[in-house]
Amino acid sequence: MTIDININGKALTLDADPDMPLLWAIRDLAGMTGTKFGCGKALCGACTVHVDGQPVLSCAYPVSAAAGKAVTTIEGLSADGNHPVQVAWRELNVPQCGYCQPGQIMAAVALLDKNPTPTDEDIDNAMSGNICRCGTYTRIRAAIHKAAGVKS
Amino acid sequence: MNDAIKGIRLVTRREFIRNTGLAGGGLILAAHFSGCSTDQELPGGDFAPNVYVNLLESGDVEIVCHRSEMGQGIRTSVLQVIADEMEADWDRVKLLQATGDAKYGDQNTDGSTSIRKQFDLLRNAGAVARHMLVLAAAEVWGVPASECIGQNHAVHHAASGRSLGYGELAGQAATLSLPEKVEFKSPEDYRYIGKPMDTVDGMAFTVGSAAFGIDTVLPGMLYASIERCPVVGGTLVSVDDTATRAIAGVVDVIQLGDGTSPPVFNPLGGVAVLASNTWSAQKGREALNIKWDLGANASYDSDAYREQLESSVHNEGSVVLSRGDVDAALSGAAKTLEATYYAPHLSQAPMEPPAAVARINADGTCEVWACTQDPQTAQGVVAGALGIEPAQVTINVTLLGGAFGRKSKPDFIAEAALLAKKAGKPVKVTWTREDDIRHGYFHSVSAQYLRGSIDADGKVTAWHQRTAFPSINSTFGPSDGPGGGELGLGCIDNPYAIENMKIESCKAAAHVRIGWLRSVSNVYHAFAASSFADELAHLAGRDAKDFLLELIGPDRHVNPADSGAEYDNYGHDIAEHPIDTARLKGVLAEAAKMADWGRTLPAGHGLGIAVHRSFLGYVATAAEVSVSDTGELKVEELWTAVDAGTVVNPDRVRAQMEGAGIFGMSLAMHGQITAKAGAIVQGNFNSYRVIRMSEAPKAINVHIIPSQAKPCGVGEPGVPPVAPAICNAIFAATGKRVRELPLRNVKLA
Ligand code: FES
Ligand code: FES
Repeated sequence: MTIDININGKALTLDADPDMPLLWAIRDLAGMTGTKFGCGKALCGACTVHVDGQPVLSCAYPVSAAAGKAVTTIEGLSADGNHPVQVAWRELNVPQCGYCQPGQIMAAVALLDKNPTPTDEDIDNAMSGNICRCGTYTRIRAAIHKAAGVKS
Repeated sequence: MNDAIKGIRLVTRREFIRNTGLAGGGLILAAHFSGCSTDQELPGGDFAPNVYVNLLESGDVEIVCHRSEMGQGIRTSVLQVIADEMEADWDRVKLLQATGDAKYGDQNTDGSTSIRKQFDLLRNAGAVARHMLVLAAAEVWGVPASECIGQNHAVHHAASGRSLGYGELAGQAATLSLPEKVEFKSPEDYRYIGKPMDTVDGMAFTVGSAAFGIDTVLPGMLYASIERCPVVGGTLVSVDDTATRAIAGVVDVIQLGDGTSPPVFNPLGGVAVLASNTWSAQKGREALNIKWDLGANASYDSDAYREQLESSVHNEGSVVLSRGDVDAALSGAAKTLEATYYAPHLSQAPMEPPAAVARINADGTCEVWACTQDPQTAQGVVAGALGIEPAQVTINVTLLGGAFGRKSKPDFIAEAALLAKKAGKPVKVTWTREDDIRHGYFHSVSAQYLRGSIDADGKVTAWHQRTAFPSINSTFGPSDGPGGGELGLGCIDNPYAIENMKIESCKAAAHVRIGWLRSVSNVYHAFAASSFADELAHLAGRDAKDFLLELIGPDRHVNPADSGAEYDNYGHDIAEHPIDTARLKGVLAEAAKMADWGRTLPAGHGLGIAVHRSFLGYVATAAEVSVSDTGELKVEELWTAVDAGTVVNPDRVRAQMEGAGIFGMSLAMHGQITAKAGAIVQGNFNSYRVIRMSEAPKAINVHIIPSQAKPCGVGEPGVPPVAPAICNAIFAATGKRVRELPLRNVKLA
């Protein structure tokens, strides 16, 4: 069936099985590969995107549920890569292999939107769905605090 | 040639035309007297003195990274080394990723080798360019080269105050013949080496434009998902794909045949579903109705195998190291101790699962895009699978979303190539997480038996170790136990100053594909040896850290060959890279100091420490843990000291140690792959757990010992000390000794 969806401000009409996870619709149909596949079972957070501003695990979210909604992926987070979270990530050289980082950044942005000055515990609670096999957790914590500091 | 004549050079017809706008005849002789002018007419063109460096006429420099980036930061480090020796401006260098090609030398990004083995090769690539640019300028100016220096993207002649930019000199340098030998910069002049340069891929990583193997998209490409036999060595009996073909988006179902014995790097075979998108391929695959003959490995049960392994190490094996008389020392000892340690199979589980895209071109050649650690091996394996020559296969190396040894095996790349050939279209193969965890090349399961003794003064008098694990060699041919190279990973390279020592290797057969995982056999060897050393400290009633320092003993160079062992020292001459006990004690003392060893801890808390040399690098880690009344374990903080010799990028070394802390915690606390009826039980991150944010320590503190010694490995050496440090800390906190991993199987209360 055809599904109208807005991804990063662009209105798209996708021809998709309504059950297709949003992840594959974004990657294979819309051709945006910044959003990552890590587990396919809502266990790792690599596929985190925002739907109407809320973080969702796109591997476990049917594309039909996003019909008529606004999806933001890592590519649409900022025009020039200068969202405070992205900047903090670079300043602290958070990424190692980088693969989990789009999901980490999207989850961190959602956390800061809700809670502009999170404690370590808040961060642990909000970010524990996002696995980083390279082990960048301590830098992610520091980068979230840093981004919180520069958020007005 | 005297200096005056050096100032005269030929101007080519092309230059003459360009410089004068006139089409004059033939060659003319132009004289440039030194000091008369700085705007020389120089031949244009680029300058590529070797396969790693290409200086463009514009002055921009293309630098080739021939190693794979998987999170260790090698793309940044390669750039740092070459640009530094070249004296190139950081803002004018651009990184290109090499395809797999023997002309680049060793590209196998494995064994923490990039810098430890290729530092001089990379330095040379840059230094040759600088050297030739200096010669070129000297020739242009007619001055001795010894009066010129290449600095910050230009060559300068101090006596006359002249300078020429690298770009201006490119064409001239290209006319020179390669030097036999060049001088490297002295370390105090380093601009980038030793500096925490930002990751070159930092922007791409944070905006989602970084391209991994899984991200390649080609026009007309099909997406494949492959159902493989649950047991290694099993074969396909029949497949009914009726339901699959009815699923929207499914384009084709292709049989890949069976795997090979030995498995080597070949695909496991199976049935592939090809579709217009990944989701349809996965759904189609689920609808397949397949009958397998599971084969001989269907009897593999990892619980029963554990008993076999433990019985194997309770019997004599073949002696691989021996000095003194262990039995005599044990029988005459004041106190003795024995212990058996066990650690299970592990999966590398990189966040990006294996994924590759292949296309067969009209002329029969093949082009691949893949997250591979070893593009030249991939080239050979793909060529073999397709029945073409390696030169007909191009391997484009993407970024790797983690690897940890998994992506040094190109089985998944050969799958894509075979399917592309059969489908007649480009094909992307994406492994699911379940595929990755069930069909991998697993880290060996292992058992270690340790026996030791101390005399009345608490000095260790005997060390007897038996090790058993299925070898990586079994992946390539017949094997019934540990390989020689694997014994050199933390076992026969034992650095302890003990008069009587015997190490034996015991039998162990493989029933799954065995492969490398970050730091390989060092994981279980360090777990056993560093735990047993801690047990002996307790037996002697001594402080664990002080005892360990004494156990390592006086400053000296240890050579396992002196005790009859065949030791390959990670492929390096042991005279150049000795097992240096002073460096080992150095990191141990530093980690203890960082952790404020000996301080009073809250109830339920304990500090533990371990030190290990691997891949030539020395790492000590101290861990503080807390164990609650209900037995809940938390790793509170880690302190790691590393001596890796000369360090190219201290921030990336630090990151590797932080990451190794988490990787080591994952295997210590959660990691286990088990098998029932030959099939792997775990399937995703709920059953194969890894450390998450909530379990991460509040800090992983890293200290890099300043050193100008030759560079050592960095990516792996941080892992081995972590598990024993945690287990020793648990003992300090609770008095409970842990002799098996993972800790989730151990009741701590
Ligand atoms: S891919 Fe969606 S949570 Fe892992
Ligand atoms: S940076 Fe590699 S998985 Fe997180």
